[in-house]
Amino acid sequence: MMSYILRRIAYAFPILVGVNIITFVLFFVVNTPDDMARMQLGMKRVSEAAITKWKAERGYDKQILWNTDAESFEKLTDTLFFQNSVKLFLFDFGRSDSGRDIGYDISQRMWPSLAIAFPSLIIGLLTCITCGLILAFFRGSYVDFSGVIICVVMMSISGLFYIIGGQYLIGKLLHLVPISGYDTGLNAIKFTILPVLVGLIGGIGASTRWYRTIFLEEMGKDYVRTAKAKGLSESRVLYRHVLTNGLIPILTGVVVILPSLFMGSLIVESFFAVPGLGSYTIDAINAQDFAIVRSMVFLGSVLYIVGLILTDISYTLVDPRVRLN
Amino acid sequence: MHVYNVQLMTKHIKIINRYSANTHKTLQIILLLLLCSGCDAPWNNPYPNQDSAKNIYYDSFSERPKHLDPVSSYSANEYVFLGQIYEPPLQYHFLQRPYALIPLTATEVPQPQYFSKDGQPLDEDSDPIMIDRVKYTISIKDDILYQPHPAFAKNASGDYLYHDLNTEKLAHIHTLSDFDMVGTRKMSAKDYIYQIKRMGHPRIHSPISGLMEKYILGLDEFAETLATIDKQTPASNYIDLHRYDLPGVRLIDDTTFEITLKQKYPQFIYWLSMSFFAPMPWEADYFYAQEGMDEKNITLDWYPVGTGPFMLTENNPNLRMVLERNPNFHGEILPRTGELGDQASGLLDDAGKKMPFIEKAVYSLEKESIPAWNKFLQGYYDTSGIVSDSFDQAVQFNLQGDAELTKTMQDKGMRLLTAVTTSIYYMGFNMADDVVGGDSERARLLRRAVSIAVDYEEYISIFANGRGKPAQGPIPPGIFGHIAGKAGINPYVYKWHNGKPVRHSITYARELMAQAGYPDGRDADGKQLVLNLDSPAAGPGSKASFDWMRKQYAKLGINLLVRATDYNRFQEKMRKGTAQIFQWGWNADYPDPENFFFLLYGPNAKIDDNGENAANYKNAEFDVLFNQMKSMSNGPERQDIINKMLEIVHQDAPWLWGFHPVAFSLHHAWYKNAKPNLMANNTLKYKRIEPRLRSNSRTAWNRPVWWPLVFIMILTVSILLPAIIAYRRKGTESIL
Amino acid sequence: MPVIFITDAFLFLLVMMVIAYTLYARQHAHLRVPWHDVAQRPLAMSAAIILVVYVVVGLLDSMHFHPRLEATATHDAIYSSEVVSVLDLMLEDLYQNTERTYSAPLASHAFSKEMLDLPDGKQIRDYPRLIYGGAHLDDPAVERGADIAKHILVGLAYGLVISLVVSSVILFLLSRAHQLSFKQTWHKAWHNNFVVSWTAIIITLNFIILLACSIYSLAQHYHVFGTDKVGQDVLYQAIKSVRTGLVIGTLTTLVMLPFAIMMGLMAGYFRGWIDDVIQYLYTTLNSIPGVLLIAASILLLQVYISNHANDFNSPEQRADLRLLFLCIILGITSWTGLCRLLRAETLKLREIEYVQAAKAFGVSHFGIMLRHLLPNVMHIVMISIVIDFSGLVLAEAVLSYMNIGVDPGMNSWGNMINSARLEMAREPIVWWSLVAAFIFMFVLVLAANLFSDAVRDAFDPRLRH
Repeated sequence: MMSYILRRIAYAFPILVGVNIITFVLFFVVNTPDDMARMQLGMKRVSEAAITKWKAERGYDKQILWNTDAESFEKLTDTLFFQNSVKLFLFDFGRSDSGRDIGYDISQRMWPSLAIAFPSLIIGLLTCITCGLILAFFRGSYVDFSGVIICVVMMSISGLFYIIGGQYLIGKLLHLVPISGYDTGLNAIKFTILPVLVGLIGGIGASTRWYRTIFLEEMGKDYVRTAKAKGLSESRVLYRHVLTNGLIPILTGVVVILPSLFMGSLIVESFFAVPGLGSYTIDAINAQDFAIVRSMVFLGSVLYIVGLILTDISYTLVDPRVRLN
Repeated sequence: MHVYNVQLMTKHIKIINRYSANTHKTLQIILLLLLCSGCDAPWNNPYPNQDSAKNIYYDSFSERPKHLDPVSSYSANEYVFLGQIYEPPLQYHFLQRPYALIPLTATEVPQPQYFSKDGQPLDEDSDPIMIDRVKYTISIKDDILYQPHPAFAKNASGDYLYHDLNTEKLAHIHTLSDFDMVGTRKMSAKDYIYQIKRMGHPRIHSPISGLMEKYILGLDEFAETLATIDKQTPASNYIDLHRYDLPGVRLIDDTTFEITLKQKYPQFIYWLSMSFFAPMPWEADYFYAQEGMDEKNITLDWYPVGTGPFMLTENNPNLRMVLERNPNFHGEILPRTGELGDQASGLLDDAGKKMPFIEKAVYSLEKESIPAWNKFLQGYYDTSGIVSDSFDQAVQFNLQGDAELTKTMQDKGMRLLTAVTTSIYYMGFNMADDVVGGDSERARLLRRAVSIAVDYEEYISIFANGRGKPAQGPIPPGIFGHIAGKAGINPYVYKWHNGKPVRHSITYARELMAQAGYPDGRDADGKQLVLNLDSPAAGPGSKASFDWMRKQYAKLGINLLVRATDYNRFQEKMRKGTAQIFQWGWNADYPDPENFFFLLYGPNAKIDDNGENAANYKNAEFDVLFNQMKSMSNGPERQDIINKMLEIVHQDAPWLWGFHPVAFSLHHAWYKNAKPNLMANNTLKYKRIEPRLRSNSRTAWNRPVWWPLVFIMILTVSILLPAIIAYRRKGTESIL
Repeated sequence: MPVIFITDAFLFLLVMMVIAYTLYARQHAHLRVPWHDVAQRPLAMSAAIILVVYVVVGLLDSMHFHPRLEATATHDAIYSSEVVSVLDLMLEDLYQNTERTYSAPLASHAFSKEMLDLPDGKQIRDYPRLIYGGAHLDDPAVERGADIAKHILVGLAYGLVISLVVSSVILFLLSRAHQLSFKQTWHKAWHNNFVVSWTAIIITLNFIILLACSIYSLAQHYHVFGTDKVGQDVLYQAIKSVRTGLVIGTLTTLVMLPFAIMMGLMAGYFRGWIDDVIQYLYTTLNSIPGVLLIAASILLLQVYISNHANDFNSPEQRADLRLLFLCIILGITSWTGLCRLLRAETLKLREIEYVQAAKAFGVSHFGIMLRHLLPNVMHIVMISIVIDFSGLVLAEAVLSYMNIGVDPGMNSWGNMINSARLEMAREPIVWWSLVAAFIFMFVLVLAANLFSDAVRDAFDPRLRH
């Protein structure tokens, strides 16, 4: 197991290098370092000399992937790509183009993201599993039929409508929670209610329907029939067997997204003005702050790979038949 | 209201009671929670409830300030904060119009003294070429202290506490407030000199260093010297600016200093009211330059050190910025005189009282305009602009065509302020383009035809809700050189009719097109004329304005292609001069016509020199007049030259003059001493808040409505009830 | 003079592929049986009919041409540089009848007050009459309600006639095909005894015809969904957006399909280093947050377009390229899921006897993949196409909201929502753009979801009994 994990981590390196190359190429085809300098230095009255100076200070005057002017090894190492990537692998994100320490900013901004994403996940899971179980239990009845229809209908509505509708109804008309914003400490709770609710309602349709299928599949299996034949009551079978076995695919499916919760939701955060990592990324794209974009893409990739490894491990934990090799 | 809801709730509980005891308990708890939190304070209050009665000003900002270093900041959203913290020698009078400069830290507004090459004093009216040196002697007040700051903190023996920091000592420091001790000191004329020297600092990119090098004596060489020194000692952040001499500034005594310019530049006085010329203590520069500070994000760009009425105590631009009253503020009183009518509108009620009136100002980040607007309506922001889409809700025009608040807004006690901004939104032709540009009669006629066809009156009414004045030329109202009424119209686009300017008819524009060789918009080969408009707008709503713009050109048979790009790409096109027609705007730096005419001055052309003349307009006669006008003081002679210049640009039509936006702003009844001042940035000190009125209004406007929640609960239960009954039945029998 | 945009060409190619697939599926039992299963479900067939209506609208909107400008006194007739579609011709009234600014659905007066010049020279501030909406009425306050009802009834009457004709034609053709009497056919259809659920089809068709006719009749004199900020008919925009939604939903899959299938099969079949490379490729792509990739690519395209501005002589062409590019980039971010599924399935299939046998007989690798593997994974491809469709239509809205979707000048539901978002703050609220986009999008996505459910049930072997 240990060696498997180590090997997976070793595999992650070429992937991260690939991600870095793609980010670099895409970003620098779009933005020249000159653009970035202008963006940072402001719009009015910027002289060429100031731009050159700015680029030199941040190393943006180097060639991107391959330095034709340098000698031997330095052809590869004395480039923008090499200089910046090596630090990333040591999780030294460096300074943003506007001069801030990115690592510190990330450590500050991941909490609001988590404050929204984590409750959304837990409440969403609880609600959707309950609904899925109810539908599966009443399979074939009016509850099941109308439930599935409601799920499909809810799935067919764009998430934007939920956000717009939620803000309008709950925030503006009913005065129940602040429309948007965020605060630190316990004061944050009243700000998280609406985003969590919107996230919950937006995802409830698809998840419930999926969980229902899983439970139905489980109910069709032989051991459930045997259990019923033994004379166990329906609810007992449901809780003891169907729920516990059905939870395995559901929870392993959740494990893969766990690490990415840190990254936050781009849209929810920007609509509700939550200062999390999602809005951090959007802001960086708009401000063409390459250092932040690069760090966030890298972090996202790392977390994704961690998620994959965690999933594999969780499989072995819940199902002894699975061996990692 | 509350009572009614409680009854409804208890009834509801009884119904459920019959079915489930558990639900009953949970509901009771929820009910308790809901009621307690809803006792007095509104639920949707985005601020801590205990702050409701405090003397705090609430506002929003939409974009994070990039720079808070006064020498590198050059944008309105940064001035909102900097203006309250830093104090340049001069300021604009809060109430007086036209805009007038008055002393802030200076004892009086300095008068320039002119000298010839051989050092002889000269008159103001003497030929600018004769003038070799201009000197401004500035005396500052004696009693000004800096805000409390660790950079000034000293121990008992008088040594600086925090001037020998390193990475180890900073291990437990994360923000500026983590330093235990603070200190202060008296501000001196040296600090002004220090700041001017910082303009040449190689590590700080002052956006005006290029401009100032043209004027301040020796600043260019000074910057070069510093750059060489910086190269020699790349490791250190700190350059001791005292050690290097800048000939253009001279310390006379502790409260007096002198600035020398290389040529006559009457507009220089306006720069003295901007934070570029605020005092900067060397201690702060030294303090922030120490090892490890930069890594901790503790920089001058993030934590300003000023003498102003407020100091920045929380800088978290992702959430909020907080200004608090500076305990060391030297004190200033609200002006006793104002414009006609200020007395009546209550602006002089507080006259002579000591400023500032507000304890604390909280600015929250609002990226989306709608939540910000709604929070303003709920009373959580004290003031707000009006976005186009919420305009009809707030404002209507009465029979006389004046803007007034709607009934609902009046009932809430809101007030409306309007002011024509000193800005212009124009549509420029690239004069370097083959089709629309150049000095040929053909192109000129085409430009004039388009000028008539694009109906800015309609644009203003559709896209700006009437909040704009169609421009007759580059100079906005309120700035010297602008002429209102019949004499001021652009005769090539307008005629005077029934006491107001009326656009020439579209038939006339079509005739111009025919004269230009494009009858019905078709060129000599019979092909339809295709023009390209470059615009940096890409947000929602831009589609509507592009559609509208195409309609305007289609009136002349021209097919307009709109190329919307991001701002960087747009700027690049402007630099390369590859755009054909473009939309842009300009905000005045200072109230002087020079600041608008220089946008059309030939040597400033964007393609040659990356200047601000984006249309690349070049007219030799205009350029000569510009140089004359620039160094004159306001008076009939200057007006004559301006009129000549206006005639030239009217005739050549390098721009569609577009419009001057009218700024509308709303504020609540508890917000006092509000008067729009488009030049001053330091207006927070004049503002007064009545917290009690605000707190009461907020409670009244934000009564939570929660019957829908109850309704949804009932609905859910009634849907699930049959299912639960079925479940109970099923649960008790075992199924084979 | 016809113009063919790249996406037009792809759309028609897609339609041809669907036709070819249908012909192919008719001949092969393993495809025919599950499709018959789908056809048997009334809900699926209703959904299919709605999808077909959307597709027809989309295809009509994909036949572009330059209209002719008639000769004037001084010039010969030329072709305008504008590009319009057949749908534009059919909706010309809606397109041309623009008001000045906002008006509510079915209104006769503008939405906000304006200065009006009275005949006696005085000025008052009131709601002005619309130029087209309800313009035929003398006194809208009194007549409007009755007039609307009248137009709906007239529309319904026409609709009834048309739907009767259409229904009879369908039944007639059915009875001919099955050699039954008309009455027998009717009876059999009513009890859903045909292979295809004809009742659902006929009912849905009739419903659509009645709805379309009454809307058509109303649209002659009113703006059914009101007008937007610059006075354009919202109904027109919503209909024009159909094509954008369809293109995003289908082309994206079409673009990524060859890669996904090829890579998936190769990875599973060859294993070894090929598998490693392909896995590396999709893990790398997958691990980049999709939105960032899309944002960067769209910016990239903008740079290209502004550097080559002269290659595009109409904004439509530019918008079209951006649309295609968006499809490609969405394809790149979404092919990995399908590829992974295919790889897993192929890994299983390659161990099955007949594949091993084919190998032993010396059939080429390519032959094995094409003959033996591909047909056996087609059901996975099928299911993923229909499931992805609705997700992509929804994604368009979100991307347009973030300004990294389709061209802002293009009609799309995302753009409509994006601009309507700001209108929500108006008082009284301007809800119609949002509602129109919501309805059109919701119906399409709902139909696609219902249809894809049926397809999945029919094709997924795990769910088949």
